[in-house]
Amino acid sequence: MEHFDILHRCFRCGYCKLPSNYSDLNCPSYLNFRFETYSPGGRMWLLRAWLEGEIKTSPRFAEILYSCATCGNCVEHCVFPKFKDDILKALIEGRERLVETGAVPPAVRDYFKSIHLYGNPYKLPEADRAKWTDGLDLESYSEQEYLLYVGCVGSYGERGQKSARAVAALLKTMKISFGILGSEERCDGNELKSMGEKGLFELIAEENIRKYKKLGVKKIVTLSPHSYHAFKNEYPLLGADFEVVHYSQLAARTIRKIGFKRSEVPVTVTFHDPCYLGRHNKEYEAARKILGALPGVQLKEMDRSGKDALCCGGGGGNVFTDILGAGPHSPARVRAREAAGTGAQILAVACPGCSRMLDDAVKAESLQDNLQVMDLAELVATRLAPE
Amino acid sequence: MNETYSELAGIVGERYVSNEPEEKFIYSRDQGTMEPCDPDFVVMPDSTEEVRQIVLLANRKGIPIVPMGGGLVLSGLSRPLKGGVVLDMKRMNRILQVNETSRYAIVEAGASQGMLQAYLKKHHPSLKHSVPDAPPIATVGGNVLIHGSGHLSHAAGFHSEMLNGMEAVLPTGEVVRLGSCATSPYWFSRAPLPDLAGLFLGWTGTTGVVTKLAIRLYPNRPFNDVGVFVVEDPEIVPDILHRVTGVGLAEDISAWMTPKPDWAEGFIHINVNYSADSKDELGWKKNLIRAPLRKYMDEKTGGFMMLPLPMKKPFLEAPASQLTRFADVRKGGGFEYVGAIMPIELFPEAHQMGLDIAERCGTTYSTGARIIGMGHCMMFFFAYPFNRADPSDVKRAGTALEQTNRGALDMGGIPWKAEAPAQKQILQRMDENTRELMSRVRRMLDPKGIMNPGNWEVD
Repeated sequence: MEHFDILHRCFRCGYCKLPSNYSDLNCPSYLNFRFETYSPGGRMWLLRAWLEGEIKTSPRFAEILYSCATCGNCVEHCVFPKFKDDILKALIEGRERLVETGAVPPAVRDYFKSIHLYGNPYKLPEADRAKWTDGLDLESYSEQEYLLYVGCVGSYGERGQKSARAVAALLKTMKISFGILGSEERCDGNELKSMGEKGLFELIAEENIRKYKKLGVKKIVTLSPHSYHAFKNEYPLLGADFEVVHYSQLAARTIRKIGFKRSEVPVTVTFHDPCYLGRHNKEYEAARKILGALPGVQLKEMDRSGKDALCCGGGGGNVFTDILGAGPHSPARVRAREAAGTGAQILAVACPGCSRMLDDAVKAESLQDNLQVMDLAELVATRLAPE
Repeated sequence: MNETYSELAGIVGERYVSNEPEEKFIYSRDQGTMEPCDPDFVVMPDSTEEVRQIVLLANRKGIPIVPMGGGLVLSGLSRPLKGGVVLDMKRMNRILQVNETSRYAIVEAGASQGMLQAYLKKHHPSLKHSVPDAPPIATVGGNVLIHGSGHLSHAAGFHSEMLNGMEAVLPTGEVVRLGSCATSPYWFSRAPLPDLAGLFLGWTGTTGVVTKLAIRLYPNRPFNDVGVFVVEDPEIVPDILHRVTGVGLAEDISAWMTPKPDWAEGFIHINVNYSADSKDELGWKKNLIRAPLRKYMDEKTGGFMMLPLPMKKPFLEAPASQLTRFADVRKGGGFEYVGAIMPIELFPEAHQMGLDIAERCGTTYSTGARIIGMGHCMMFFFAYPFNRADPSDVKRAGTALEQTNRGALDMGGIPWKAEAPAQKQILQRMDENTRELMSRVRRMLDPKGIMNPGNWEVD
């Protein structure tokens, strides 16, 4: 294992469990489970012990490895320079080893099977991928400036489809030249990569790269920060050279040119930074620029925002595997309570995975009468001037 | 064993009890050199009542209980030397009350230093507590109970001296309140009642489980500065410390000696941290602190370093994250130190011992001291990072630690938060009647010997 030699170097000092101001637990799995084993340091020590045969493969060990949401809080807050950059890489490599043994948790195995058999985690036909576009009159990709990529969650998920439709509408409003692949779109594989299924990820990625190149794709705009991350950081290692933007970045460039209603009912909004846009790719400003341009919107930040944002718990495949669970200490429910605590009426998000996780959490917390989860694109749509 | 598991699960919920190999592995060890000892169970209570029920169960069944805070003591004190239950207290992390007028906070025993620090900053910005240089996930309770020290220790002594009172579960299951809170709704001090808090301070969890504490808070002044006085001759350090502590204006005074970075080699650096409510006040304090050291500046045997702001920043940080980073100097993730409590006149001797042991053990010296109270004593530390993946390096560090413990005792100091073997060294040199009193107190409080057995025991 390439990262074996760094595992023992984790001192388990615990900075990785916290945000910058130390105010609360900020590692989603540690927050939820509370045993030291579920902290980044505990996981590293266990991984080394497992590789050295000191502990055996077990369902508990597999759960511990897969309870990490790959949110990157540990990388952000570890105080050991250079070493910190390898924390998540080592974990993912550990997962790859576990995949080789066939001992992954059942939910992870099911996820892999679904992608292998159906090409998506929803076990739905590829032909249904374009259903989210019904009634939208979107162009198929044919050398427009951008390929709009919505991914599995945007294509199939009930909540994700709403976000995808809102993003497509926003791109139209901004007069962006874009096309979609519809039923020809395929999974981006980001979750496979983070879950240690490197082989299947590479197969999918290479196929996507071939297809996009053949179609003449130069620029990709994504609905999901997870897709954005895969295309921007993982695909180039396999030969891709596309220019990749998240839709919020594209919108932030032109938001001031959009015609909004002159007067609008004031509303307080808090923004949840998605991990794969924020900590993984250091994009914290685009969403705030958009919110700042919307009439009547007052932004109220949560205590933990930007690089300190508490993950919704959906990363690393957890949005599908649900290994973190949905109890009162699940990160999504803690986050929903934190958002409600700001007094905001709207919890704005920029990730279809976060939308789903936080939507469910708001309902579980019975907060839906006071707090509405909205994708940024959906929020922008409520402020547009009539044509 | 299954029956005990079920009973524990019945108390805290199945989610918060484990006897799985993964938890047994992690909770059997810490970052230091002590050998692992497996627990039978790891349990995470959420309330005093849950702690009480666990203690009653353990008492009935004769199962050892080992309370654990942040797990950062480094000297293996929360390893279950005789198996049993490790009681991870970190679910009990609530900040229960801050009394702004009388300057104290009541917290549950598992509340972290960082959480209290952030809470005060947000809700009571005029107040702060004494932050140790342990990482911020370390618990307030754990540090108080081991006689820790921190960034206000020059001004106010050991953290155990900043304790106003506590709630504890006795080894026989009774819940007691000690300090003013035993009699009054206020947790304002340990006086004027007979001071029973000492039954739990420095005992490393061998006398009961502390569940709540009240600690003193102090003014958080907006203007902060640090001066670093540098000398080469260790013999003059006690007088320097005596002079600067005599001014009585610093919040924290600490010395550090290390060959890295290169410019630091061969010198003794004494950091003097102070704060003020205005820039003018900060200037006055600076002058007052410097005045008694004029003699050494005139003799050119000592002087204050010119410190550009970027260099000052890490010295003003609480906790000092650079100290945590030191743990990885050998790229090995292992770190332990002997922190010996001793009078400040022993500084030269301790400094020389640090150099000698480092040379003998083939490692670089890294020593320092935090001054406690107005120079009443100091915690002199001898730090040994090591490579956890290299058994010979672990052994080397273990040897250095053992020699250091013995050396500290020989010169009249006492190892702080001592490892179980070092506790035995201390007990062997302890006044016989005191040792017997300790045993008698333990037998009286803990007739079944369930509390952290193997610690503070004379074979």
